[in-house]
Amino acid sequence: MKIGVLYSRIRQDEKLLLGELRERGHEVVKVDVRDQRFGLSEPPAALADVDIVVDRCLATSRSRYATQFLAAYGIPVINDPATADICADKAKNSLALAGAGVPTPRTEVAFTKESAMECIEEFGYPCVLKPVIGSWGRLMAKIDSRSAAEAILEHKATLGHYEHKVFYIQEFVEKPGRDIRVLATDGEPVAAMVRSSDHWLTNAAKGAETECFELDDEARDLVARASEAVGGGLLGVDLMETGDSYTVHEVNHTVEFKALDGVADVDVPGKVVDWLETRAKSAEPAEVPA
Amino acid sequence: MANCPECGAELSLHDDVETGEIIDCGTCGGELEVVATGPVELETAPELEEDWGE
Repeated sequence: MKIGVLYSRIRQDEKLLLGELRERGHEVVKVDVRDQRFGLSEPPAALADVDIVVDRCLATSRSRYATQFLAAYGIPVINDPATADICADKAKNSLALAGAGVPTPRTEVAFTKESAMECIEEFGYPCVLKPVIGSWGRLMAKIDSRSAAEAILEHKATLGHYEHKVFYIQEFVEKPGRDIRVLATDGEPVAAMVRSSDHWLTNAAKGAETECFELDDEARDLVARASEAVGGGLLGVDLMETGDSYTVHEVNHTVEFKALDGVADVDVPGKVVDWLETRAKSAEPAEVPA
Repeated sequence: MANCPECGAELSLHDDVETGEIIDCGTCGGELEVVATGPVELETAPELEEDWGE
């Protein structure tokens, strides 16, 4: 098969993916998204005759637009633009999960400092303020007091990009010092790990320790439902343990899996490519979101 | 082998180095992007942007 890999940075994740694809004899077309131009009808020459494209753009903005253009050209893309659009934005992510009845932390969005402050006071302390766009645990604030809330809101309102004036406020979940990352293909778990840290942020990118995790039936069911809620595909589903159950806090659409590959018993890139091959064989062009 | 564009130090690279990969210069600590592999060419890597991630 001829498989396009759209990228701007080759991380260890992409190297694992490229290695597996090449080892299986696929023709891999690496396309640096920074070099491309996307017109309204014709695809960039490098992507004109690929069977499928895997979007591995590091920048969310590029991922969202590039997948839209690829879908418009009729080129199958993993993940499709509707999924990218939902997963790229924490507010849309939360709406999709809640709309599908998937347990997710209580969340509200407010557009002014005043309404955000009201919201924070109602949530009580601590609560969490997150940027709607962002990853790796950056710019996340655990708010412990009214004075901290006032300072953070003022900074965001004054210094931030307009997206920082969309105040995404969430309950603080008392998780047991860890959260769970599940790599899933169309809702079927490939592997899972826990990310543990003394810090309230447990992202692997923040240095959390990772360990393989065995999912129970309830977690598997939530992963399947969370995946379906955002349109399926190759996804990273994040869950927190709440004592007797789980809550799903987000789903990631350009999921990193190097840490998982380091701790899981399964061949993670192998499983991902198994799924990609199946999707490429049955691929139909993604729908372009309205 | 390639030279760091920041400090000029000579870097020895893995055989499977890929265009688009980021490597660290062991001498100056600079983050470098591989922009070509035949032969290897390096440039200073772009700074982290706010919308990067997964």
